[in-house]
Amino acid sequence: MAAVGRIHSIQSLGAVDGPGLRCTLFLQGCPLRCAYCHNPDTWNFTGGAEYTPEQAAAKALRFRPYFGKKGGVTTTGGEPLAQPEFVAELFSLLHREGVHTALDTSGICDLSRAEEVLRCTDLVLADLKFLTAENYHTYCGADFERVLDFLALTERMSVPLWIRHVVVPGLTDGEQHIRQVAQAARRYSNLQKIELLPFRKLCLEKYRALGIPFPLEDTPEMGGEALERLRQLIK
Amino acid sequence: MTKQQWEGFRPGAWQETIDVRGFIQANYTPYEGDERFLAPATERTQNLMKKLENLFALEREFGGVLDIDTQTVTSLLNYKPGYLDRENEIIVGLQTDKPLKRGVNPFGGLRMTRDACRAYGYELSRKVEDEFLYRTTHNDGVFRVYNEETRAARHCGLITGLPDAYGRGRIIGDYRRVALYGVDRLIEEKRKDKREKGRGVMDVDAIRLQEELFQQINFLGKLKEMAQMYGFDISEPAQNAREAVQWLYFGYLGAIKEQNGAAMSLGRVSTFLDIYFERDLRAGILDETGVQEILDDFVMKLRMARHLRTPDYNELFGGDPMWITESVGGMGEDGRTLVTKSSYRILHTLYNLGSSPEPNLTVLWSSALPEPFKRYCARVSCETDAIQYENDDLMRPRFGDDYGIACCVSAMRLGKEMQFFGARANLAKMLLMALNGGRDEVKNMQVGPEHEPYQGEYLDYDKVMELLDIYRPWLAGMYANTMNVIHYMHDKYAYEKTQMALHDTDVHRYMSFGAAGLSVLADSLSAIKYARVRCIRDEQTGLITDFEVEGEYPAFGNDDDRVDSIAREQVELFLAELKKHPLYRDAEHTLSILTITSNVVYGKKTGSTPDGRKAGEPFAPGANPMHGREKNGALAALNSVAKLPYDACRDGISNTFSIVPQALGGTEEERVDNLVSLLDGYFAQMAHHLNVNVLNRETLMDAYEHPDKYPNLTIRVSGYAVNFHKLTREQQREVISRTFHEAM
Repeated sequence: MAAVGRIHSIQSLGAVDGPGLRCTLFLQGCPLRCAYCHNPDTWNFTGGAEYTPEQAAAKALRFRPYFGKKGGVTTTGGEPLAQPEFVAELFSLLHREGVHTALDTSGICDLSRAEEVLRCTDLVLADLKFLTAENYHTYCGADFERVLDFLALTERMSVPLWIRHVVVPGLTDGEQHIRQVAQAARRYSNLQKIELLPFRKLCLEKYRALGIPFPLEDTPEMGGEALERLRQLIK
Repeated sequence: MTKQQWEGFRPGAWQETIDVRGFIQANYTPYEGDERFLAPATERTQNLMKKLENLFALEREFGGVLDIDTQTVTSLLNYKPGYLDRENEIIVGLQTDKPLKRGVNPFGGLRMTRDACRAYGYELSRKVEDEFLYRTTHNDGVFRVYNEETRAARHCGLITGLPDAYGRGRIIGDYRRVALYGVDRLIEEKRKDKREKGRGVMDVDAIRLQEELFQQINFLGKLKEMAQMYGFDISEPAQNAREAVQWLYFGYLGAIKEQNGAAMSLGRVSTFLDIYFERDLRAGILDETGVQEILDDFVMKLRMARHLRTPDYNELFGGDPMWITESVGGMGEDGRTLVTKSSYRILHTLYNLGSSPEPNLTVLWSSALPEPFKRYCARVSCETDAIQYENDDLMRPRFGDDYGIACCVSAMRLGKEMQFFGARANLAKMLLMALNGGRDEVKNMQVGPEHEPYQGEYLDYDKVMELLDIYRPWLAGMYANTMNVIHYMHDKYAYEKTQMALHDTDVHRYMSFGAAGLSVLADSLSAIKYARVRCIRDEQTGLITDFEVEGEYPAFGNDDDRVDSIAREQVELFLAELKKHPLYRDAEHTLSILTITSNVVYGKKTGSTPDGRKAGEPFAPGANPMHGREKNGALAALNSVAKLPYDACRDGISNTFSIVPQALGGTEEERVDNLVSLLDGYFAQMAHHLNVNVLNRETLMDAYEHPDKYPNLTIRVSGYAVNFHKLTREQQREVISRTFHEAM
């Protein structure tokens, strides 16, 4: 039987999660609770709408005319690797259609299941949130070792990799820290790109609506110029 | 026939008959490279532009109108020559004797002219009042004939924006003919036609045509005289590029001196002119700087074109646009691109002279356009928000490869086709009228035929469709009658002789009906079908004036076939009804889904609708989904609009798209790439039109609070661009409230 997936929402015009214009599927449910998460509405595993891989693929393929040479489909969330069978089937359907697939993930997953997904993944967008087990545990509530295991798996399977890192003022915006992130990323031979993403607070309304406190409510947004300096630093 | 002015051009059949397309095809040089050859504005251009900017600022200070000549009725020869800066201008000619001074044009309607003068603190002179005392205007003629139905439908806003008190416009003279052939040759051809056409039976059509040809010939003579006043003899073809631009501009100037049509579009001139530029470049007469300077000067002149309008009119259309639409690019029928270096140059005026809504630069997009040109256009969009896109792959098979766009989205073969402009009918109001037995829900007056109003508390889809099947045919018939009256009278009392002289004598005519409120109608029907809609009746009048929607319904703009098919069906049904009515001069029925900025006024005049929209709230512009109902992002919204059938809406389907820069891509290069993909994807589905705005809502909000900080902020609204500061406060708020695609 086809694995049914839970999808929170579909954003038909995604231009910031992977190359080109992309249809972005936000999957429902995430095992992490990152302090700066901007999609708290995708956390629980019971919400969203159910789709079979065929239904989700048909939906995404409606936007194929816009994909051009670079674009395609990105799954994000939530944590797509929390629904590995669904994503694997969806990606394999898209591959059959010749559509580029990108997986936006924290890397927290069941490794044996992830392998199946990676077989039909053209690009991994891995969020390297922190560099120490302690920080990872404090701010995300999970085990950093598993992230490293996942990254090693992408390297073994030679899946192109973008490492992403959210820059939070006062938390992850130190020059030394950013250099270390770059250093850690460059250890992977499949690395193609490092993306520094600014911490933003557009999600504040969502937290309020859900009645969940936003841990970084008092933290300022990341300024464009400061971010640009950090980007130059690791160029 | 050969002329010394044609030396260096490849000869062909274009020399024997009036055939501008043939000339272009034989002589133009496609350009597949990028924009790096472009030249910046010269010091002269910058100084002149500074002078013009000051005049624009003064005009704003004076409340939108700098000066009115209330003594002189505008026409080709009624003003002394005027200049912006006589010594330094390259292309000359103004509508009146001074820059930005407006003339009065009472041929459309005297009261409108009087009101317009008064609105700006002027009084129409006794002299003009006396001159028109014994003269019938277009407006007089129309109101002598309008029946009660039309009057009632106009009064409640079921049909609005009709060209019955001002020039109908949307006719594009083929101004290129003036440059290529010279006026004497054009007169000679028209005389020949007049003789030949005068030989048959003298019935109504033949008599009218004879008189029209007389007027055309007469005004071609006046056009020559007008040029003479500026020291030019345009009886012969243009000798060089500067003359070609000047001759062509004189043709256009004659048209706007004679007519105050709502849209006075330019056509498709840049690739035509490119042939002259290339010839002069080859001969060493011009260099790139010189070429750009001529085009910059020409565009400056176009930006000075003005008509005197009433504040009501401005409220409807958002400022006082001229729709000087210039169609750029596209592909030829032989597969060669029609992009030339001058396609780049005309877009480049947005940098040399600053961004501006006029001329209304319209890129004819094809999947086969050269990649560097696609990227350049996308860059211009990201940086100026001043251009719009229309699907050449969709229009070329229907209109050939020498068509132009009139106004916003109306395609026509240049010099061979014209249209009778017909504004639009309010489809959302039609629905309410059908529910209320032909009574208007706001004014509580009987407008349509009497019928039992909808009975019952909840709306039933099939029953509502039955009622629509009664009121749609009635609306179509009344609308067609009204249009026939308008255009009969316009031909009779305000015939466009200068523009029609620059057409073939046998022209094909479209009659362009329009529809507003399509997404409101589609969503209303979807709500009735997929949710539950309860009627709320006014206790006193018994009219259904409000609705309560229980549950969810699929809304137009989410790529959901359940509702998108309703929208499609409704436009097809409306056109089919219109087609049942024979039209004045055997015109061909067409339909547009375009509101311009009148979506605000339409909304104001329309009661609450079954989709949950409250009374008075604006409609979405054109074919756009209603604000805030798109739940699946921008491409899903585009896909919904792309499903509307162009063959049922041959007069155009307007869609306005706003996106914040960060949502289109992280870097400038990504944004350009992504916008190209977006346009390719949208048009590959045979969608028709897209306005593109790449900007932040915050910018607009700041411009709303501090208009003085943004005198040149240009945004695309619906088929054209406007200066944000020229919109009414209400329109500004509506634009700000529109969906900005901003998912990041």
